[in-house]
Amino acid sequence: MKDFATLFTRIDESTKTTIKTAALADYFQTATPEDRLWTIALFTGRRPKRTITATRLREWAAEVAGLPDWLFEESYSIVGDLAETIALVLPPATQSEDRTLTYWIGYIKTLSTLEDDARKTGILTAWNSLPNTERFLFTKLLTGGFRIGVSAKLITRALAKATGQDEPQLTHKLMGNWTPDTTTWDALIEADDPTADLSRPYPFYLAYQLDDFDDLGAPADWNAERKWDGIRGQLIIRGGEHHLWSRGEDLMTDRFPELAQLRDYLPDGTVIDGEVLAFIDESPLSFNALQKRIGRKTVPKKLLVEAPVILMAYDLLEHKGQDIRDTPLKKRRETLNSLIADVPDTAPLRLSASVPFETWDDLSVARDESRALNAEGLMLKRLESPYLSGRKRGDWWKWKIDPLTIDAVMIYAQAGHGRRANLFTDYTFAVRNGNDLVPFTKAYSGLTDKEFREITSWVRKNTLQRFGPVRQVPPEHVFEIAFEGIQESPRHKSGVALRFPRMLRWRRDKPVDEANTLDDLKEMLATYG
Amino acid sequence: MADVLTFTDRGIYCAAGDFYIDPWQPVDRALITHGHSDHARPGMARYLATTGTAPVMRHRLGDITLETISYGQEKQIGDARVSFHPAGHVPGSAQIRVAVKGEVWVASGDYKTVSDGLSEPFEPVKCHAFITECTFGLPIFKWTPQDILTQQINDWWATNATAGRTSILGAYALGKAQRLLATVNPDIGPILTHGAIENTNTVLRGQGFTLPATTLVTPEISHKTHPGALVLATPSALGTTWARRFGTASTAFASGWMALRGVRRRRAADRGFIVSDHADWDGLNDAIKATGATKIFATHGYTSAFQKWLSSEGYDAHIVSTDYQGEGFDQTEEAEA
Repeated sequence: MKDFATLFTRIDESTKTTIKTAALADYFQTATPEDRLWTIALFTGRRPKRTITATRLREWAAEVAGLPDWLFEESYSIVGDLAETIALVLPPATQSEDRTLTYWIGYIKTLSTLEDDARKTGILTAWNSLPNTERFLFTKLLTGGFRIGVSAKLITRALAKATGQDEPQLTHKLMGNWTPDTTTWDALIEADDPTADLSRPYPFYLAYQLDDFDDLGAPADWNAERKWDGIRGQLIIRGGEHHLWSRGEDLMTDRFPELAQLRDYLPDGTVIDGEVLAFIDESPLSFNALQKRIGRKTVPKKLLVEAPVILMAYDLLEHKGQDIRDTPLKKRRETLNSLIADVPDTAPLRLSASVPFETWDDLSVARDESRALNAEGLMLKRLESPYLSGRKRGDWWKWKIDPLTIDAVMIYAQAGHGRRANLFTDYTFAVRNGNDLVPFTKAYSGLTDKEFREITSWVRKNTLQRFGPVRQVPPEHVFEIAFEGIQESPRHKSGVALRFPRMLRWRRDKPVDEANTLDDLKEMLATYG
Repeated sequence: MADVLTFTDRGIYCAAGDFYIDPWQPVDRALITHGHSDHARPGMARYLATTGTAPVMRHRLGDITLETISYGQEKQIGDARVSFHPAGHVPGSAQIRVAVKGEVWVASGDYKTVSDGLSEPFEPVKCHAFITECTFGLPIFKWTPQDILTQQINDWWATNATAGRTSILGAYALGKAQRLLATVNPDIGPILTHGAIENTNTVLRGQGFTLPATTLVTPEISHKTHPGALVLATPSALGTTWARRFGTASTAFASGWMALRGVRRRRAADRGFIVSDHADWDGLNDAIKATGATKIFATHGYTSAFQKWLSSEGYDAHIVSTDYQGEGFDQTEEAEA
């Protein structure tokens, strides 16, 4: 574990990509193959199964540290990370043992078979034999979630450096639902056939927001289509099975059972990039309808009727078992079109139609229709473009509509967690209703660090009342809140819930009596809800 | 028995002696624990401070009416008997003991219990009531021992120097910078300083403190004239054009907040050294215990959690609101550590 801790520290201490890549590449050349594989797994979000609840860990750590539970909780709320809190409050280790990362993961697995008392002994023994960083990492393995500022891109780059293979090839190898229990370093990284796993998706191609039409050249070189407001997904049909992947590499197959029938209509060796949409009478429903189905592993019948889904197809990545990502978009769309032409209308698959246009001005008109169509805007794709991996500039652009906005008054502030532990960054906002202020949303992001610091110092000096970690402040500051959607919500005092609210800007120029009202909010709900 | 000290909107007040301790509004007579700007403010008619604190106060506050007192020396002010005792926070810093008719209260200002190799070491003072800070009053704060810390900083500097990088270390101008200077190994390379730090160095050297040789950064100085240097800068100077003159550099912060990974990452420095001139969790608890006091007032820091903790430990603990800032990591230079 010492070498893994050294790797972690080197990555964690640096803000420079080159240093992080070098640290990883060194590790991939020196660690045991099992440890290398686990490291890739952990850094790409494949964590070992949780064997001990967070509640237990907190109790045991507080007990060993001699702290009352409330004080442990208070500390946790400042640190923002359970494993780090535990590592900080525990007394120094008295034993020392250097075992591999794989050993400790195996150790955690065996704990799951034991009785509660034996598990506790096991954890306490481990805590007492691991020094600081190793103890933190061990606890991190227990609590899961290993986000340490290493992107999949960085892992791939380091692997390329360590193994001499191409980055795109490695990116593909790392996708899919492998775990260190189902594969080995050799099979995953060294072996040649990247489609050995039939469920393995291709890396998604992502676009940047368009900022300047002048860079695009002639309109005739471009295909425009709607940017649908659902869940981006990749449908894979191989070996008689189907798999549906999200952009975040979540396997969503069972959540959308409707799509299973597409196995009957699409040939084996087909991979389609598209958008999962709730869809009735040939029109997409709003994202709110789809939201009810997100996070559900099994779907009740009622929901299947209220919010049936389809795959709105954007692109074809694999055809008859061949990877066709290098052929031009125009060609891929033609093939996709002919595939879909053979699928009956009763099946949940549609082609995302091209939006016709001759000038950029035509497109601007089409973009204005987006909200009425439950779309987020337009996508522009160069007709000759290959299907690349990751977010790339040049051939694909998204042209989203402007968010909805409302001017609101800050009424409560709360300190952030982790990176923002001693800054007030989480605010509650209200709209005016006569002489009252009605809270309607929280927002955490969108301001600069400098603005957060300024507000933090203002909050400290202007706290009216404390409710635990929450501070009530005088209603003096107005912020423009941007959001992507609005829906009715009986759980909220204001009667509405916003989608992805954030602070667009601090309106220092606006007095509180010019902030928006509850009636304004209700009107937005009527129009866009 | 009447309270020896009370908490007013001007500062901590002693009615028996008609004086204030570290007031934040202009008053007639101010007793000052130490020279940081949230404790020693301008505008008082008369000041009383230790001989060790006086030079830096004169440097910062200009022409003031300042009487000095040695550690342990007793002085009668009205019906109160006062004396100053080392607080270990920065050179010259003091806890102020106030005795009125046998009742003893101590206002500790800012303090730390471990020796930093430069400041006069903290001295526990027996009292009935103790006024304490709790900037780091949570059990997640435990400082790196001084010898390990020195090793960490020297290793970081030496590695950078070998690789041809400048080492830029951010630390507060009064206290933190000098305690670091006093412990680093000057054989590794040249030591350069930011103006605000060099000014304080001059004051402390004038008082007889031994610090290694330092060179003030002037426009003609860069990594070319001083390769492999350690640059001591105020935290606000990091990431500015001033710091960019040093070419390829590794940056680090020295602060108690560096104990938290999140804060360390937010500062986007290459390294964070966990070092503070405030007491850590164990330091606070040990110090309070050593006073023998039953009544405790927590002034600045994690006051609500700390008060609750002390109450659960059997103390008669209270929170008082003051204008002191402790080690404010996201505030300006005003909040020094």
